[in-house]
Amino acid sequence: MSTATPISAAAHKTDLQQLAADVVERALRAGATDAEVVIREGDEFSTLVRLGQVETLKESGARGIGLRVFLGSSGSHRTANTSSSDFSEAGLAHLVSGAVDLAQVTSEDPFAGLPEAGAMGQLAGDLDLYYEDVYSLPTAQRIEYARRAEAAALAADPRIQKQKSDGGSFDAATGRKVLANSRGFVGEYRRSYCSLSAMPIAQTEQGGMQRDYWYSSARTLGRLDSPESIGAEAARRTLRRLNARRVPTQSVPIVFAPEIARSLIGNIFEAANGDSIYRGASFWAHQLGQKVASSNVTVIDDGTLVGLFGTSPFDGEGLPTRRTIIVENGILKNYLLNTYTARKLNMHSTGSASRGLAGTPGIGAGNLFLENGSVSAQQLLADVKAGFYVTELMGFGVNMVTGDYSRGAAGLWIENGELTYAVEEVTIAGNLKEMLNNITAIADDLEFRGSVASPTLRIDGMTIAGE
Amino acid sequence: MNFPEHELHFFQKFGLTGRLIERCLGEALSAGGDFADLYFESIASTSLSVDESLVKSASQGVSAGCGIRVLSGDRTGYAYTDDLSAERLMRAARTAALIADGPSKQTMAGFRETPKASLYPISAADANAGIAPKLELVMRADRAARAYDARIVQVRAGYSDELRHILIAASDGTFAHDTQPLARLNVYVIARDGSKNSKGGSGGGGRVELSFFEGDKSPEHFAREAARQAILQLNAVPAPAGDMEVVLGPGWPGVLLHEAVGHGLEADFNRKKTSAFAGLIGRQVASTKVTVVDNGTLPSRRGSLNVDDEGSPTKETVLIENGILKGYLSDKLSARLMGMADTGNGRRESYQHIPMPRMTNTYMLSGEDSPEDIVRSVKRGLYAVNFGGGQVDITSGKFVFSASEAYLIEDGKITAPVRDATLIGNGPEALKYVSMVGNDLALDEGIGTCGKDGQSVPVGVGMPTIKLDRMTVGGTGR
Repeated sequence: MSTATPISAAAHKTDLQQLAADVVERALRAGATDAEVVIREGDEFSTLVRLGQVETLKESGARGIGLRVFLGSSGSHRTANTSSSDFSEAGLAHLVSGAVDLAQVTSEDPFAGLPEAGAMGQLAGDLDLYYEDVYSLPTAQRIEYARRAEAAALAADPRIQKQKSDGGSFDAATGRKVLANSRGFVGEYRRSYCSLSAMPIAQTEQGGMQRDYWYSSARTLGRLDSPESIGAEAARRTLRRLNARRVPTQSVPIVFAPEIARSLIGNIFEAANGDSIYRGASFWAHQLGQKVASSNVTVIDDGTLVGLFGTSPFDGEGLPTRRTIIVENGILKNYLLNTYTARKLNMHSTGSASRGLAGTPGIGAGNLFLENGSVSAQQLLADVKAGFYVTELMGFGVNMVTGDYSRGAAGLWIENGELTYAVEEVTIAGNLKEMLNNITAIADDLEFRGSVASPTLRIDGMTIAGE
Repeated sequence: MNFPEHELHFFQKFGLTGRLIERCLGEALSAGGDFADLYFESIASTSLSVDESLVKSASQGVSAGCGIRVLSGDRTGYAYTDDLSAERLMRAARTAALIADGPSKQTMAGFRETPKASLYPISAADANAGIAPKLELVMRADRAARAYDARIVQVRAGYSDELRHILIAASDGTFAHDTQPLARLNVYVIARDGSKNSKGGSGGGGRVELSFFEGDKSPEHFAREAARQAILQLNAVPAPAGDMEVVLGPGWPGVLLHEAVGHGLEADFNRKKTSAFAGLIGRQVASTKVTVVDNGTLPSRRGSLNVDDEGSPTKETVLIENGILKGYLSDKLSARLMGMADTGNGRRESYQHIPMPRMTNTYMLSGEDSPEDIVRSVKRGLYAVNFGGGQVDITSGKFVFSASEAYLIEDGKITAPVRDATLIGNGPEALKYVSMVGNDLALDEGIGTCGKDGQSVPVGVGMPTIKLDRMTVGGTGR
């Protein structure tokens, strides 16, 4: 994986960049001390094919503009935001006057404000984020992708139902994002996205019904897995859930499949989120430099990786994206910070600002992943005498203040290192602080199927609640 | 019909005309579709928050657009535009039309306006109303939470409202419009005692005016509730693990019904026979003490609507009556394809989304047991009174919901508070274990949002105190 290096803002403005710069200028004229404008424009296409027939076909585009203004001086600012889908002259005038008026009622906050000019910038070079092909493909061919994925799933096994299915789908989207502020930043990038999935239903003679799915997503059609492989994998995953049973309440090693281990990496993101850190709303507050995970755990956020899903040339405030080590060999090294949270903590932004159209910037990750371990997934399983291989988690039972973790789960029982029967309607519970210190094995099967990724991993000491 | 053009929001503000509506519907059906509808939406929203006792942010937004749908058999074509000019509307209609493949066969009948209830005030959440009284609500919540206990160390209070105008015109003659307010106040707190930390949250609202927050649903009410929960959790013990008797308190624990049965009874899943409830109409799916309804007609409730997002009047629909499965929740498409009545549950997140069957306010009717008797009847179990979110796999029927405030019951008495735990069950089976139903039906405070296929809509839930003889509690304790 290669990375790119920061450069200064682009020299020539596109139409939307010019518009953004104009609105920044108007906000300053209306009384704002500083201003920041974001414009988003996107097209989306989606189709669902069910039982071989097109069921839905959706195609459209929309755009929006968001403005953030600051009022004040000597380092203390009031701030407010407005957003709109109305790009008319009257709409933009309302956007500007609304923001300046609204800012009058907010509080002066010494930590509020745009980033320092010297901190801003963007990655140079082609980050490999945009391909025309996802949107130029004729509709009939898009439908054909979805049809083939479903057909492959339905043909895989007699227990895959031929009369009921959640279908196959193909989605494509392109988006353009422009950011400009009154401290000289102007940036723009485009990203494309396409995805293909199949969602079959399997049923046994006794009547128990199960569904699962599989998918592939990419920035260009050329990197999508074939519809046939998606369908076959969706069928395999659905079939293995049949005849699921419950297991007794007990404590055994839990092995998280990569697509589920991702959610634990998402929990690590929340724990390291600067917004929660300065409020004391994360169990990782005041833990920098401390051991927070097993010594085999290294977690990295990297928004610079060429062609990946979480990559962008700059963050939501116009800072270049970068590589940040969150946990290294079990030691908490960095939080993920935007400008505001960095100032609150007397640190530096990690270029992790996320910015929607409305509201103040939050914290977002780039490509967030747990580094590979040294054993194969097969070997990792082989070392488990009795355990639970989790392939699905349900619900939202994670408390980031205390670390308490309790979620619904389904998967396969491990006996003597082999995957055996399907398990469902149980929960797995523990506390994230302890769970992260009980990651006893990490496999070497890291693969980016989205912006958050993890290899297979094993955690000891959790409780399964069941019969 | 003659459109009351001078009165309607979209005619006044966006230059829409009756003639343009007819042209768009004609274009939408030009390739042979069976049905087409236009959904115009315009939203003005405001949000404010107080954080560390500072008004750190205030936001206002406006958005408008139109979604155009064409049905051809069981196929749906959809396109939308955020530009309400005639040219862009006609282009969207042409895009949606392509789901069908044939000559135009529809002739437009005249429009008839859907008779409409008036379940909520409409001056309410007007974004043009002064910001000062809204600001005062969050400041009061901040002060009340901090005053509750010195161990409350962080408070965030937020207020948000929106006013949504919709107009729906369909080729079947449907013509409906509505103005829908929605307001919500939230308080989140962090408590700290030595090395122990905990959180608490509360909130409420509905399709209400600001004056709603001046009565017993005051900022102080929600602030104290959030603070109470956080202080309580400081000394919580590990939740138990395994199957046990569970008592659910009144109100928000009704999220059980939303997950266990509500989603599984949405007609689209049953039309496709992918729901664990498919084919079970007329069968016993709950104990005889259980009657569950979905009701979109309750005044001022978060899940209520005068008309649904297809322009149909909302209704009260019995889902389960004395334990017997009675009906599904439908939209126009499922009603037509399944030969059943449209229950007025066609909803969508916005003009960018295709409508589908969704819940409104879903609750269980009161029974005859006293809440005290219910708790007293449990030897060893869990008493859960507040929940976070839930989720369901409608095909396997498995559902979860996560308790944020719960207690052990030991020998008929409520004892120690327990830490957060997820409860899991099987939808078509779980309610068969309901052995007692309280006489204390309550609806939630008005903060629920339901997600399905990536679309979020506001909903309500409710329940009396109930006892389930068996449910799986996902703790770590004994």
